[in-house]
Amino acid sequence: MASTTIDTHHHPRLQHQFDSLEQQKESSTLGMWMFLVTEIMFFGGLFTAYVVYRTKYPHVFAAASHHLDVTLGGLNTAVLIGSSLTMALSIWAAQVNKRKLIVIFLIATMALGTVFLGVKAKEYSDKFTHHLVPGAHFAPEDPHLQGVAQDQAQIFFSLYFMMTGLHALHMIIGLGILAALIRPSWKGRFDALYHTPLECTGLYWHFVDIVWIFLFPLLYLLGAHAH
Amino acid sequence: MDHTDHTGHAGHVSSPGFYIVIFAALLILTFATVLVARIDLGVMNDVVALGIAVTKAVLVLLFFMHVRYSTRLTALTAVGGFLWLAILIGITLTDYMSRGATMPVPGK
Repeated sequence: MASTTIDTHHHPRLQHQFDSLEQQKESSTLGMWMFLVTEIMFFGGLFTAYVVYRTKYPHVFAAASHHLDVTLGGLNTAVLIGSSLTMALSIWAAQVNKRKLIVIFLIATMALGTVFLGVKAKEYSDKFTHHLVPGAHFAPEDPHLQGVAQDQAQIFFSLYFMMTGLHALHMIIGLGILAALIRPSWKGRFDALYHTPLECTGLYWHFVDIVWIFLFPLLYLLGAHAH
Repeated sequence: MDHTDHTGHAGHVSSPGFYIVIFAALLILTFATVLVARIDLGVMNDVVALGIAVTKAVLVLLFFMHVRYSTRLTALTAVGGFLWLAILIGITLTDYMSRGATMPVPGK
């Protein structure tokens, strides 16, 4: 299968405490997964808060959800899935020793990530225009969201901004990591034998994708059949 | 675990075509969840939406994140993370959903 006959026990990227590149990679992957477990619990607190309040105020959550733009949210879901595809393809490019393709797919991933954040910025700006940002100026025009429902709707929008905001922050950090990988990729640091930084960044990027896969139906699609 | 071959130094390599198939499946499921949400199915709306989301997440985990081809220890760590999330949400809900549903104390 592998035409390369380089001794993986004496690869320049192999750190002295590991027996082989495989062992080194498994160790890194496991460490990255341990971090992702803490990330699951980090987002998990917000998901738990969502579930508790959603159970408490199901009708107000559905009415408030109706104010989110399903088209933009759906578009962003497709964009993010596309960025996961290009991320996976950049690792494939490393696995088949195609140096330039690694860089091209990393840049494609960053471009799609930036599109996602741009759409998100447009959505946030719309929420400010329509007075749907929790706080002193929260004033939805929707008759379903008046009186007590207005306070409860603020909880929905607080969760919306916290959850999508924390997600967007992860995207921004991800873009920074991807940017840092371009130069070493271009210089040929990653190949079929060693591409662990790409692999771990991929794990992070796909994890952020999974968070959005749950955020989209939970936040945007609740009110789709209401009204 | 026939896919964990160590003959190639890069481990398992999925083809670009395979990644595109997974990508297409994820897009189709996204369209499906948007369409189903427009129909009023009552409680089933949530069940279907979460079912599709879990399916999409599993596709990403297994194939994009290579859990399908990783060591059992890594797979166990991934499963463990989601298991603990289920405990967090599950046990919290046993409290919130049972409030006001206490039984009268006998003899009082």
